[in-house]
Amino acid sequence: MAGSIKRSGKFDIERAFRGGTAALALSVLVLGAIIVYELFSSSGPAFDRFGFGFITSRDWDPVSELYGALPFIWGTFYTSILALVIALPLSLGIAVFLTELAPVWLRGPIGFMVELLAAIPSLVYGLWGLFVLAPIMQEHIQPFLAQYDYLPFFKGYPLGLGIMTASVIVAIMILPTISSISREVMYTVPETQREGGLALGMTRWEVVSKVVIPYSRSGILGGVILGFGRALGETMAVTMVIGNTPQITMSLFDPGYTIASVLANEFAEATEKVHLSVLVELGLILFVISILMNSAAKLLLWRMNRYGSGSGS
Amino acid sequence: MNGGGLGYGRRKLTGHVMMAGSLVAACIAVALLFWIIGYVFIKGIHGINLDFFTELPTPVGVEGGGLANAIVGSIIVVGMAALMAVPVGVAAAVYLSEYGRGLFASSVRFVADVLAGVPAIVAGIVAYALVVSRMGRFSAFSGSVALAILMLPIIIRSSEEIFKTVPNTLREASLALGIPRWRTVIKVVLRTASGGLVTGIMLAVARVGGEAAPLLFTAFSNSFWSLRPDQPMATLPVQLFNYAISPYDDWHEKAWAAALVLIFMVLMLNIAAKMYAHRRPGR
Amino acid sequence: MTDKLKVEALSAWFGNNPALYDINIAMPEKSVTAIIGPSGCGKSTFVRCLNRLHEEVPGASSRGIVLLDGEDVYSPGVDPVLLRRRMGMIFQKPNPFPTMSIAQNVVAGILLERRMSKSEVEESAEKYLKLAALWDEVKDKLHKPGMSLSGGQQQRLCIARALAVEPEVLLADEPASALDPISTAKVEELFMDLKERYTIIVVTHNMQQAARISDKTAFFLTGKLVEYDATAKIFTNPSRKETEDYVTGRFG
Ligand SMILES: Nc1ncnc2c1ncn2[C@@H]1O[C@H](COP(=O)(O)OP(=O)(O)OP(=O)(O)O)[C@@H](O)[C@H]1O
Ligand SMILES: [Mg+2]
Repeated sequence: MAGSIKRSGKFDIERAFRGGTAALALSVLVLGAIIVYELFSSSGPAFDRFGFGFITSRDWDPVSELYGALPFIWGTFYTSILALVIALPLSLGIAVFLTELAPVWLRGPIGFMVELLAAIPSLVYGLWGLFVLAPIMQEHIQPFLAQYDYLPFFKGYPLGLGIMTASVIVAIMILPTISSISREVMYTVPETQREGGLALGMTRWEVVSKVVIPYSRSGILGGVILGFGRALGETMAVTMVIGNTPQITMSLFDPGYTIASVLANEFAEATEKVHLSVLVELGLILFVISILMNSAAKLLLWRMNRYGSGSGS
Repeated sequence: MNGGGLGYGRRKLTGHVMMAGSLVAACIAVALLFWIIGYVFIKGIHGINLDFFTELPTPVGVEGGGLANAIVGSIIVVGMAALMAVPVGVAAAVYLSEYGRGLFASSVRFVADVLAGVPAIVAGIVAYALVVSRMGRFSAFSGSVALAILMLPIIIRSSEEIFKTVPNTLREASLALGIPRWRTVIKVVLRTASGGLVTGIMLAVARVGGEAAPLLFTAFSNSFWSLRPDQPMATLPVQLFNYAISPYDDWHEKAWAAALVLIFMVLMLNIAAKMYAHRRPGR
Repeated sequence: MTDKLKVEALSAWFGNNPALYDINIAMPEKSVTAIIGPSGCGKSTFVRCLNRLHEEVPGASSRGIVLLDGEDVYSPGVDPVLLRRRMGMIFQKPNPFPTMSIAQNVVAGILLERRMSKSEVEESAEKYLKLAALWDEVKDKLHKPGMSLSGGQQQRLCIARALAVEPEVLLADEPASALDPISTAKVEELFMDLKERYTIIVVTHNMQQAARISDKTAFFLTGKLVEYDATAKIFTNPSRKETEDYVTGRFG
């Protein structure tokens, strides 16, 4: 019964299986390369024609072949930064609540509900923003803020649809991203760290602000950058509430425009070759920015997992 | 040193205020969730009836009609995307979790992670350049390509996570029985992880099923029945968008109904996934 | 008696860290060999080198010769998969496959080579469950999940699963350390019975267990084989000071 333990000469399934799965894993790298290639090659004509002036010029009128990307770049960053300003304290609050304050039985359900906010499709936020939030902004919140019209942020007529509503919507959408990553990294803070703080006579809040958050800061930063990247690329909800007007303005009451929204609105109708190529170039800009954000976030989070946090640099 | 001095009183007060603030933040998030879902339910439930699922859209002003073609269209477009992305994604995840070490595997992981954060609309542009501009017209297939680009990295990352939850002792038990590694992967790893794998796939489907941005200029839209993958096809998200930004009240009502359908689908899939997560493989 | 297994100059590493140094040992056919030694001394690594499971650990490597019936299992032509079908292994923690029923678990290894009808599955399951002294406890629930058994029953299920492949050698890495005393006694009894048919190598931390069930005992210390002799001699009159210290419990 002692069968041979020698390899039989037939086809080696083991290696074929390994090689096959490796080839499919390789396809991810190929896909990445294809994306980069297609974006570059299709935006070539626009770049040849307008060069870097495209990024700094402010006028947008496809009919007279005026293509300036600055209002879109401005709108994209402005709304995303505002969204981050709104979302960050809320997200950290939620993370602190879930890790330090909430009774254990409540953590699961609340955490799950916050995550559900991320599952709601962008379109639904847009619809809600368009018909619910924008009217509230126009009738209640913006008239109140208009008292402070000596600040550059609250000038002009309260329209409802505009940068402010878009930022609030985007803030709600990125809140789960930032809070769930912050919560995860805050969970990894060792109990001995917390106890060390308590033993020094810190209050619970001091333990959070002086021990827990500093210990997990690079992870939290990773979450923030990831959330910011999401905000930059957010499309449908923003398109529905931002007012779609290419202008550079500080006032939150004014309508604006973002890169993603102009793509959503004009791509299907772009018939001119130049117009199409210009839009692809905008897509490329968006792609590059979001790749940079994501890579930075990933590197931060990886580093945290690998070396633990709290290390100075 | 007097521990109960004025300084301590202030520290204590600050602590209470900040902790209360964190409670408020959590309440705001939960309230928003219920507000949005509740509002969509109330506005959308009127529009949900048999016609909604069985009739074609009607022109402005004509009563009735439904989104049957868009619902079927969504199923087709998302289904074709899943057919492309799921096998590739799961196989790549098998490679990463069972064999993947070294630079190649790390770069695949990194690229998958980074691609998972690419804005959906960029996937649409890529599908446009790859398919629409070559074929010369919008098509359901190009929409599927766009969604597959979005799905692939999500599936890879979630599947690898699931495979990692399969205890190593099971792999070793199988290897020690003289079961070759590839069969160990199929018979033990994939089988043990199958529930989680399916959940991950469903969540990926839910994620891309609600996307309109990459479909606007790939699958485009269509007011009529069409089952041909080489023709423009209506989908639920695009139809919702078109109705929402129209100036007509009866179209707005359809948009709310469509939103309710989307939310219902997403919530069900997420809750199913959550329930599954409570009975993880191995334990 | 002939040697079923003969190990010559076996060394093993995890990455650059050595775990075994130059082990030479031979196990006679149809005997029980106990491997004892303090935690971390390389016992598990040693048995895992025998069925080439060690090399499946990322970064792990080994060098040396392991002869099974005179044939080197590390020679290039050897397929580790076929090797493992001749050497069953039982792990410290019972690890039945969670997606399979009790009966399916038993025949998991057989199913690889051929299809089996339902009645064949039940037949084989009965045969090997009896061999593993588990049959009476599970005969009414063969189609329940393997995970539904107690820890001791799960371990005997894993033994049945290993036996079903009809191996010649059984490797057991602390098979009873996660079990209660009654289950342990059952597993020990089982090993005594099985030694009539199999060559058994069992790693254990329990000195009485080694004394009770084994014919020969090997004492490992920090990756080296210190002493290898008849069990009675190791426990009553060891020739090395370290062995004596360890078996009398005087060890650090
Ligand atoms: N997966 C691994 N990676 C790196 N080093 C390992 C690994 N497993 C074991 N080692 C190291 O190899 C040495 C031998 O380990 P081994 O598991 O063989 O010991 P053992 O005698 O079985 O111990 P125990 O009685 O605790 O089971 C130890 O120093 C251990 O730290
Ligand atoms: Mg061990």
